[in-house]
Amino acid sequence: MTLAQERHVLVVFPHPDDEAFGVSGTISMYIKQGIPVTYACLTLGEMGRNLGNPPFATRESLPHIRKQELLASAQAMGLTDLRMMGLRDKTVEFEDDEEMVQMMTKLIEETNPSLIITFYPNYAVHPDHEATARAVVRAVRRMEETLRPKLYAVAFANNTKDELGEPDVIHDIQEVRDQKMGAMRAHISQTAWMLAEMDKRLAAGEPETENWFTYERFFNYRWHEDFEDSF
Amino acid sequence: MEVVQVGKLQELLNSFADKDVYLHLETTNGAYASHFDETVFNAGAFIRNIVVKYELGKVAGDSPHRVGLKLPHGWVYAQGITHYELDEYGRLLMAGHDQSGKLAVALQISETPFTY
Repeated sequence: MTLAQERHVLVVFPHPDDEAFGVSGTISMYIKQGIPVTYACLTLGEMGRNLGNPPFATRESLPHIRKQELLASAQAMGLTDLRMMGLRDKTVEFEDDEEMVQMMTKLIEETNPSLIITFYPNYAVHPDHEATARAVVRAVRRMEETLRPKLYAVAFANNTKDELGEPDVIHDIQEVRDQKMGAMRAHISQTAWMLAEMDKRLAAGEPETENWFTYERFFNYRWHEDFEDSF
Repeated sequence: MEVVQVGKLQELLNSFADKDVYLHLETTNGAYASHFDETVFNAGAFIRNIVVKYELGKVAGDSPHRVGLKLPHGWVYAQGITHYELDEYGRLLMAGHDQSGKLAVALQISETPFTY
């Protein structure tokens, strides 16, 4: 599969491993196709709970570990423009809403993307995901309609299928499996248990097409069903 | 971190008494708790770099332990503490890790502010 040509792809997520499961294949594909990709990661996942028992990290050492993991993930995907935005995990929704929009507007102005990938507001579960998604949508909404980049959104709330239906963007990412595995393994402090789960499900006979190494799925953001009227 | 040894942790708590110290206290069942199980009522609290001076600090009970700090005009306590360490910066880090290795509670004391 060849993904449609883009001028520049901007990926915005709040946590160092948010790209791993749902988007690292897509990022790797774009990079393989020579399309520039910027990944803005808002926090260092300071509040991650997977610290092990016996513990391999403390609340204070975790951000250092996750920063290294993020750098390793970027390397696995071939990503060279990684931006760490310096916010703190679990506090994104408490930041000033206008400042959040400004942060996104600046990123958009700087990178001039034809495509932005982030979470889908109201279908992103974690409060940081929701706050990130809101800020991105607001920044794009302020642009003149004809100049707006495409907006692919990741949705995984339990009510996603009932309310949004099936994703309308599906990327076959099998040719970059190694890169995706590299990204997921890079975040091993957070992904170890999920990778173990996957192995169990494969052993139990789940078809491979269901797993993270075949398809990545997104929703085009539905401006006609915007999550709010204005901001 | 290592498993709490009551005598050693008590000594460390004593060493921070009667000083202005920065406090980190959090309890959490994770941002995804009610995503994975909709019957879970998701609650938690977080406080970081609040300065307190406690006159008495005590570790109580069998593991998972309780740790309480008596202040001139109030109290701080954490329940479920399993592990502790005095880190390379001289900060006393205490945490409760569940069987699956997830942090459920943290109580940390330092003479210098925790970074950010």
